[in-house]
Amino acid sequence: MATAHKAAASRGGDGLPSHHLDDAFLLDYAAGNTSEAVSLLIATHLALCPECRARAEELEALGGAMLESLAPTAVDHDALSAVLARLDASDEVEPAVLTLPANDEGQVPSIPMPLRGYLKAEPDALAWQPVIRGLEEYELDVGGAKTKLLRIKPGASMPQHTHEGRELTLVLEGSYDDEIGHFGRGDVAILDDDHDHRPIAGPGQDCICLTVIDAPLRLTGRFGRFLNPFVKF
Amino acid sequence: MDNLLVAVAGGDRSAFVELFEHFAPRVKSYLMRLGCDMSAAEEIGQEVMVTVWRRAETFDRRQASASTWMFTIARNKRIDAVRRERRPEFDPTDPAFMPEPEIGGDMAVQAKQETATVVEAIAELPEEQGYLLRMAYYDDKPHSVIAAETGLPLGTVKSRLRLALTKLRKIMKEHE
Repeated sequence: MATAHKAAASRGGDGLPSHHLDDAFLLDYAAGNTSEAVSLLIATHLALCPECRARAEELEALGGAMLESLAPTAVDHDALSAVLARLDASDEVEPAVLTLPANDEGQVPSIPMPLRGYLKAEPDALAWQPVIRGLEEYELDVGGAKTKLLRIKPGASMPQHTHEGRELTLVLEGSYDDEIGHFGRGDVAILDDDHDHRPIAGPGQDCICLTVIDAPLRLTGRFGRFLNPFVKF
Repeated sequence: MDNLLVAVAGGDRSAFVELFEHFAPRVKSYLMRLGCDMSAAEEIGQEVMVTVWRRAETFDRRQASASTWMFTIARNKRIDAVRRERRPEFDPTDPAFMPEPEIGGDMAVQAKQETATVVEAIAELPEEQGYLLRMAYYDDKPHSVIAAETGLPLGTVKSRLRLALTKLRKIMKEHE
C-alpha cells in the first residue's frame, strides 16, 4: 500500500502511472484468462507501471503454488525418453516472441513493447482514419476484442458516451480529463455501463490511447444520440 | 527445485530428469484441469518440458521460484497450443520500459514469494476466497465469468478477490 501512495504522490516527478489495474484484471492476466487483446493492453501497462508489475508477479507466484498443489497425473511411460531425445534437436528453435520495427538509436519510443510489436510503424506514420472532429483511430488486428489506437487533438472533447460491456483504455501519449480524473501516460481506465463520461484531451500534445472494447459504445449526450447511427467507435 | 533449474540451465541432464519427475506430472494435471484431454495434456506437457530445457537460462532465482517459472511456461504453452493466440508480455530490455523507482530501505527489494509459503497461505484462506482463486487458475475463468457463473455481482467478486489477496499477503508476512 505504501508503494501505491508513493507512486500516486510522486506523479510527474518520476513519470509513473497513478491509475492502475485492479487485482481482478491482474489475476485474469496472471492466470492466463485474458484474451490476446486484453493481455496486450495489460502487458503494455505493466511495461510502464512497476507497481502493477510487482502485483502481477505476486499473482504468478500464486500460480506457481497452484501448480505445486495439484496431485500428479502419471505421464506416458516413454515421455521422459521422448523429451530427452528432443533436447539436442537443433532444427527445433523457439519461435521469436515478437518482431519490432526498427527505432532511432538512443530515443525512447513512445509506444512500449509489446504494443510496438503489433504496429507496422511509428504512431505518426500509421494510417489513421478520421472519426469525428478531433478524433482519429487506427484499428489493430488482435484476437479477442475490438482493439484500436485513438488519437485526439489537443483540447478536443469527445461526445458523452457510455459503454455496453467494458472498455479498457491505456494512455500512451498526452493526457485527457474526464469525470473520473486526469489520465496521463501509462494510466489505465476501466469503464463499463455504470460510467458515463466525456473525455477532454489535455493541451499541447495529441492524446494517444489504446482501447480494447468488447461491445459497441452507446452515446448518451445530445450530440451523441445524433451521432450514434453514424459513428462506430 | 530452484537449484535443479539452475543446474539445468548449465546443461545438467540428471538435474533435468529430476525436474521432469517432479513437474511433468503436475503440468499434465494442470493442463487436464483446464480442459485438455489425456493425449493433448501429454503432448503439450512434453512441449513444456522441452521449452524448460531450452529456456532454463532465462530463469532468475532472485525473481521467481522454480514452480512459478514452470507455471508461466505451462500457462503460455497452453495459450499457444489450445487457444492459438499469442501471449503479449512486457520486455524489460525495451528502452520504453519503466524500471522500479529508487526507493530507499526495505521497499527497495521486492522479495520473491517462496512457493511452500504461498501453498500454506492458500490453505489458510476462507473457503469462499480460495474457491474463487481456484476458479481463476484451474478453471480458465476470468473474473467476469466467475461472476456470471456464481451469480455474484461483479463488484462482490472483485471485492472477494481483493480480500483474498490482502489476506494472502498478511499470512505470508506472518510466515516470514
